[in-house]
Amino acid sequence: MPKGNIINRDSFLTNIREKIGGIAADKPVEKPSWSVKPQKKVLEGYDQDQLISVLREQCKEIHTDFYQTTLAELTGTITEVMEEYESESIVYSDDPRFDNANIEEYLQGLNAFKWDRNDRENSIKVAERAEVGITFSDITLAESGTVVLLNDKGQGRSVSLLPANYIAIIPKTSIVKRMTQATDYIHAKVEKGEDIASCINFITGPSNSADIEMNLVVGVHGPIRAAYIVVDDL
Amino acid sequence: MPMHIGEKDFKKRVTKGLEDDFMRGAVRSAQGRLQDKRATAADELGDWEDWRTLGSEIRSHTIEHLDYYLHQLSEKVAELGGHVFFAETGEEANEYIQKVATEKEAKKIAKSKSMVTEEISMNEALEAIGCEVIETDLGEYILQIDDHDPPSHIVAPALHKNKEQIRDVFHEKLDYLKSEKPEELALFAREKLREEFLSADLGITGCNFAVAESGSFALVTNEGNARMVSALPKTQITVMGMERIVPGWEELDIVVSLLTRAAVGQKLTSYITALTGPKQLEEADGPEEFHLVIVDNGRSKILGTEFQEALHCIRCAACINVCPVYRHVGGHAYGSIYPGPIGAVLSPLLSDYDEYKELPYASSLCGACTEVCPVKIPLHEQLIMHRRKIVEDEKKSTLSERVVMRGFEQLVNSANLYRTATKMAPFLTTPFAKNQLITKGPGPLKHWTHARDFPQPANERFRDWFENRQKRGEKNA
Repeated sequence: MPKGNIINRDSFLTNIREKIGGIAADKPVEKPSWSVKPQKKVLEGYDQDQLISVLREQCKEIHTDFYQTTLAELTGTITEVMEEYESESIVYSDDPRFDNANIEEYLQGLNAFKWDRNDRENSIKVAERAEVGITFSDITLAESGTVVLLNDKGQGRSVSLLPANYIAIIPKTSIVKRMTQATDYIHAKVEKGEDIASCINFITGPSNSADIEMNLVVGVHGPIRAAYIVVDDL
Repeated sequence: MPMHIGEKDFKKRVTKGLEDDFMRGAVRSAQGRLQDKRATAADELGDWEDWRTLGSEIRSHTIEHLDYYLHQLSEKVAELGGHVFFAETGEEANEYIQKVATEKEAKKIAKSKSMVTEEISMNEALEAIGCEVIETDLGEYILQIDDHDPPSHIVAPALHKNKEQIRDVFHEKLDYLKSEKPEELALFAREKLREEFLSADLGITGCNFAVAESGSFALVTNEGNARMVSALPKTQITVMGMERIVPGWEELDIVVSLLTRAAVGQKLTSYITALTGPKQLEEADGPEEFHLVIVDNGRSKILGTEFQEALHCIRCAACINVCPVYRHVGGHAYGSIYPGPIGAVLSPLLSDYDEYKELPYASSLCGACTEVCPVKIPLHEQLIMHRRKIVEDEKKSTLSERVVMRGFEQLVNSANLYRTATKMAPFLTTPFAKNQLITKGPGPLKHWTHARDFPQPANERFRDWFENRQKRGEKNA
């Protein structure tokens, strides 16, 4: 993609520099080492199974249904959730992990649509009508009960957004303590000059709002119900 | 909506707030819930004070090197193919946004919550060129439907309305026929707004935090509307106040963790959406064209002054949620889209003392705001600095106050005058007193006795009492 325009920058930044006595912009600013790092102490020493317990507990706080299963039982668990949500139509990401987990074939047997990265109009239209959206979680944060989706290429932003129900398949190995580990991972990619996904979503349960008398309403613009399925051997 | 809202006169706004019993009830209960949730979330972390220290260090460093980080941010955004416009004033920002809307022939614009766009009256500017702007945050949507009622809180803008009022507004304007249950009201808004998201030509978002190292923007939301606005329309404009930036992802973790806890007591909100440039090849959804508008609009006036820390604010509203003054008068009384303690600090800085000279006095200086601020802004000390400036530098106190203070100065500078005056005080006040209490004071005392009684000065002055007590045998009294 060609470089974008930058307009009015010089006068704007010169004004700021005069006020704060800043140094010239071409000299890099050294970030200080912060005096405390409390984020590193959260859930320190927890192993993967303890993190799953934290995640399970947190799911109660965020109105999310929690399931734990194995690769062999995964299709059965998805069927169970679909029945619970009284849903039949599915949209899922164009993601090789569906095939690797041997569930692509199962999904194809249902009323399921694989997100088409080359067809904006139709993909959005189908996702809008689908009753369930299914994605894998790229990184899972135990503390907050968050699935992190690195949305690019075949991983459409709409899959986890437009349907009324959302299912996240969580490989056990994707579970980390908290946001710190996810931002460290992204920071490392930036440092190495690698691209990061154009849309990184930190999703914590279904959508909600407390805008009416501070009463929590679960299900506003995004999904109304959400399920996390932790897969032990993924 | 401009920054200034409601009645011009401060006292009239306050009176209106004090007389609105429903609003006061709503504010009391909301404050209670939000305070509890914040305190629980902070306790759970265990070392909340360390988190605050870190937040404060990050914000100080970033603002001290704002030029560097804004430069880095704009380079990264442009490398990714996005366009960056630096706007010194609200007008410049609006002109640019109008130009983009015109070029894209945008008729319908879906917008997620943004205080800075309120501050610069962006909606009005877009409506002036024939665009329809739809607020998609549930609270903002309710206010927009209700003939553009101004927001009264920076996180929960419709805090002053009850569910029955919202039901009636939906009924009157949108033919809503269901009950006042929040679930039914929200479902109705979901259905109405879904059509708008899908047909909008342009999406506009605010920005909680920009990340300089990668040219990214984090939107911190619960409803999912900001995700819609950044996934479905083909063009996206993000408007940010120039101070809303952190150096890198490590710092984003900290400020987001502080924001969600301090604002609503959540470990993370339902959605933290980090957007980096327009959509890339082989992506179906997301904006094909991305514009970033960085707004100064008075912020640079604050840099390098004793108020610089006000720019550390991460807009969590924790100070508003604990403020006893806000509790009584409500958000609209401040006359600014930024109410509460941070509003009382920021509004006179972004505008001027002519417009907001009363706000630094709308505080009991109890310091609760400073105590809860997740980035340690010394809010109540900044209010005192404002008061000093208003009186000493700007000479904006009232004539009567200046006369009284001058008189007081002379009185306490002369021993004779002081002695005479304090001896006279009980006699002079006798006509106004009943049972040693003045309930309807004269002149300047009137404002005090309007709210509470004033004790009549005792017949014996303290110094006389002290000297006489030995004679009266009250040595150990």
